[in-house]
Amino acid sequence: MKPVNQKAWLLVLPVFLCVAFSAILPLMTVVNYSVQDIISPERRVFVGTEWFVSVMRDSDLHAALARQLTFSLAVLVVEIPLGIALALSMPATGWKASAVLVLVALSLLIPWNVVGTIWQIYGRGDIGLLGAALQKLGFDYSYTGNATHAWVTVLVMDVWHWTPLVALLCYAGLRAIPDAYYQAARIDGASKLAVFRYIQLPKLRGVLMIAVLLRFMDSFMIYTEPFVLTGGGPGNATTFLSQYLTQKAVGQFDLGPAAAFSLIYFLIILLLCFILYNWMQRVGTAAKEVVQ
Amino acid sequence: MNTVSSVASVPPLAARAPSRSKAFAIDKRAIFLVAYLVFAVLPIYWMVSMSFKTNNEILSTFSFWPQSFTWDNYRTILTDESWYSGYINSMIYVALNTVISVTVALPAAYAFSRYSFLGDKHVFFWLLTNRMTPPAVFLLPFFQLYTTLGLMDTHLAVALAHLVFNVPLAVWILEGFMSGVPREIDETAYIDGYSFPRFFLTIFLPLIKAGVGVAAFFCFMFSWVELLLARTLTSVNAKPIVATMTRTVSASGMDWAVLAAAGVLTIVPGAVVIWFVRHYIAKGFAMGRV
Repeated sequence: MKPVNQKAWLLVLPVFLCVAFSAILPLMTVVNYSVQDIISPERRVFVGTEWFVSVMRDSDLHAALARQLTFSLAVLVVEIPLGIALALSMPATGWKASAVLVLVALSLLIPWNVVGTIWQIYGRGDIGLLGAALQKLGFDYSYTGNATHAWVTVLVMDVWHWTPLVALLCYAGLRAIPDAYYQAARIDGASKLAVFRYIQLPKLRGVLMIAVLLRFMDSFMIYTEPFVLTGGGPGNATTFLSQYLTQKAVGQFDLGPAAAFSLIYFLIILLLCFILYNWMQRVGTAAKEVVQ
Repeated sequence: MNTVSSVASVPPLAARAPSRSKAFAIDKRAIFLVAYLVFAVLPIYWMVSMSFKTNNEILSTFSFWPQSFTWDNYRTILTDESWYSGYINSMIYVALNTVISVTVALPAAYAFSRYSFLGDKHVFFWLLTNRMTPPAVFLLPFFQLYTTLGLMDTHLAVALAHLVFNVPLAVWILEGFMSGVPREIDETAYIDGYSFPRFFLTIFLPLIKAGVGVAAFFCFMFSWVELLLARTLTSVNAKPIVATMTRTVSASGMDWAVLAAAGVLTIVPGAVVIWFVRHYIAKGFAMGRV
């Protein structure tokens, strides 16, 4: 289809160099750390795979990984349907569409630590609207004292922050569906649900794939927002993988194990994204066959 | 361009859906939408309202809007250099990053959209994997790399570091827009004797203006909201506003009002930019090779 032209590599070269400089060099450095015991910058001992083995056996890490998986799963379960519903209810034209679009997209443009700050203020029982309102209702709410409340608050914050991404993706996908599809459905007397199930949802497959992948990998690496909001507490309730990793790397300055950890971390994300990608593609193909 | 105008010209969904129980359905949708918008806006409103209060009022009385309205918090920030220089620094590296990202992504996206070459699909997916590296440990190699190069605490350092996630994104978005331009246009231009650079700059680029705008918007956005890399690679001269905020929080024992005002000021640039590209953002989100 596209003509083969190896010279096209020359056009890709600048991108390759930029990303190589900012990604491959640091990655190789991390690989280098991960096989050494770094006592001081001058004194390093090669330890082979020792750190990888010890990291794999770290029970705190298993707990953080379990918390992380639960959180990412919850994020997907809430944000994807909510995002689709929001996209379906957003007006398509006129000043209302513009206004809604701007309001919905606003949370995406807020620096991540400010997102944490906003919710830190909003959720406080003494000066925050949400916290004060919940306490007025007789609900003993405290995101700094109660582990469940902290966890739910982080989840709600993430839903608030990132559902717009899913919604905007789906909104764009919906706008791209040709009118003829809807006319055909009207002639067939299809119900709203049928229109959604057999026209809109299949057409959204592409954008939903990006949405699921982006939301999965970003929620899996969430750091700044819970760090500002709860600092990982109370206890370890909101210490997700990134937070745990930072505690190890910066707090205890265990560079070798931390490097081994982050490589494993990276591979987990890569693997899960790959599985998700393939699974969604299979589901999509199967659905297409059913329709035809 | 047809891809752009179609965003605005499609009739509303309600008009196309079956008309049975139409009024009722619209109401349900509207209620849901309004409920979500309230959920979305209230936390921001609360911070905005707080930024116009005094610390005394914040801590002593609980009011939905400011009782003793004051501009003092904004005055504090806009007259103190350690505060407002943060905004200037952020804008400089964000602008630098956006320009570099889009400039290098343009030819690459053209290559991906027009030719097949050795490993093209692999490179395209590899670009995506650069978004998957957990930042915490990668901070140290970045720190060492830029110290060695003598770039620490410069705007260029942050701009270069942010290329990791912005260049792949820009390539994705631009490739989507470029694939929407028929290949016959390229072929006709070459037959007419245009050289590649001349064709690209005078014919092709104007055709994908909207795509360039969208890509620039996303680079702006992701560079603007990032904290960890920006904070690690700067100390004084290029310290971004997001870092200034975190340090002031811990140092001055919670000056809530000023903190809220600083937060509001970090939202303003994004809100302004989003207003200008509002017709295209949704389109930009959907671009990519899927």
